[in-house]
Amino acid sequence: MRKFFTLWSREIAVYFRSPAAYVILFFFLLLTGFNFWFVLNAMNRSPSGVSVIEAYFNTVFFWFGFVLPFPLITMRLFAEEYKLGTIEPLMTAPVRDVQVLLAKYLSAVFFYAMLWLPSLLYFVVFQWQTRLQAAPAAGSYLGAYAMLLLIGLFYLAIGCLASALTRNQVVAAIISFAGISLLFYWGFYSRLFPNVSPFLRDLTDYLSPIQHMALFSQGLFDTRPVVLYLSCTALVLFLTFQVFQYRRWKV
Amino acid sequence: MIKVENLTKRYGGVTAVDGISFHVGKGEIVGFLGPNGAGKSTTMRMLSCYLPPTSGRAEIAGFDVFRNSLKARERIGYMPENVPLYNDMRVFEYLKYRAALKGVRGRRMKERVGDVMDLCALRDVERKLVGNLSKGYRQRVGLADAMVHEPDLLILDEPTIGLDPNQIRQVRELIRNLGRHHTILLSTHILPEVEMTCSRVMIINRGRIEAADAPENLRARLRTAGDVRIEVRAPDLEKAKAALLEVPGVLSAASTEEDGWGVFALGIEAGTDPREAIWNLAVSRRWAVRELSRTRVTLEDVFAEVTHPDE
Repeated sequence: MRKFFTLWSREIAVYFRSPAAYVILFFFLLLTGFNFWFVLNAMNRSPSGVSVIEAYFNTVFFWFGFVLPFPLITMRLFAEEYKLGTIEPLMTAPVRDVQVLLAKYLSAVFFYAMLWLPSLLYFVVFQWQTRLQAAPAAGSYLGAYAMLLLIGLFYLAIGCLASALTRNQVVAAIISFAGISLLFYWGFYSRLFPNVSPFLRDLTDYLSPIQHMALFSQGLFDTRPVVLYLSCTALVLFLTFQVFQYRRWKV
Repeated sequence: MIKVENLTKRYGGVTAVDGISFHVGKGEIVGFLGPNGAGKSTTMRMLSCYLPPTSGRAEIAGFDVFRNSLKARERIGYMPENVPLYNDMRVFEYLKYRAALKGVRGRRMKERVGDVMDLCALRDVERKLVGNLSKGYRQRVGLADAMVHEPDLLILDEPTIGLDPNQIRQVRELIRNLGRHHTILLSTHILPEVEMTCSRVMIINRGRIEAADAPENLRARLRTAGDVRIEVRAPDLEKAKAALLEVPGVLSAASTEEDGWGVFALGIEAGTDPREAIWNLAVSRRWAVRELSRTRVTLEDVFAEVTHPDE
């Protein structure tokens, strides 16, 4: 446990030591801030039945900003260690493979959380300034941020896998971006082709993060997406572990 | 300390290490010698638990490198080739991190990190970023890292590669001092280094151990134990050559002529020194002699003979 903590805190320190992290944080804040302004503006112009939370987590700007950081957060994790050769001193220290994997993965989760934490302030400021409720109940916050975390866990795992596959960070970023985009835009499938069979429509809706988020940001809780994301995360992390070990058998 | 039996590593169709076996006792400094691609690094990576062997077994201090890998790793300080380090950390930070990873904690960590920084003369760069260090300092950081947890065994892969002569001397000195408390396995292709630091040498070529012994014994074992060179002015070089070949202990003679002097390179039987007999012969034939010398066999000759038997 202590060794895990040593590894984990180093991985987190690496994020905040690199200027890239602050560039990502800055532009991410800019984008989410713009999204918030956009949502309020739209709601001002034409009143609608949705809450601020619901609207905020369903705009195109939100989803664009949501998908973008995953490859950037995860591409470094393993690829850089392979490239620099530092994987060798790391894995000859008395640490377990699984400790290294989890330390890397959970440091990415930590950075991801840091990315989204400031967005809570928008709603605080909103309620303070307008004396209106941003959401009908606490459940909307809980639901929206839980879904944010759930999808994040899964997509970060995909990024982790991509990074373990190659020693080139750019290649890792492209692989994870392609994988995440494929899964994400899968949800649009039934909208692009309105005449698909009801079965296909149900299938794509069941797997669509946009549907999940729409549901959860209303404060409605459904166990099916929770199970889906957690099991997919576990599967991809398991694959990452296999790839990580296999590379040593082969190299 | 190290027990290796039939250790083999194959990459795809290529056999990098081919069934090697050896033992290293406590307190020995053993040099691994061999041309590039001979399997030195692969063997060291297997011993340091980085690469799993294809077959065979290796034990470090009684712990199998595969089955009991964590226990074995706690007893090894490994410095990989080219010393990969995290460039974004400061020297003392890096050493503290590595000590924590290896289970050194609290007050002992502070002591150990201080000790290895003193030992490797890193005090004046302790606050520098590792990425800004010169090659020599990086090497020393790698060495400090390898011994920060006081391992029984140090495995050093080419510890002096890329250093300037002064730095090489310093590192060599350091290794020799470390040999008092640690067992050391190091690889190199700098031959004088092995002769100066190691108590035993293993010559590895194409994945096999071709020779393993003390450097002196290896030299003695070479078929021709060196050459004797003699330059004489003789009336007939062919007759002189025939006479020289009759001297006991002389196996072969090659002659050339150099501005009227006959220059002979004589192959000598191992363990003999026929120089006195040769001198007496020259005196009795009334040859003028301007040189009579013996070239000693170096480890370089042993290396060349063992790794390229046909040349």
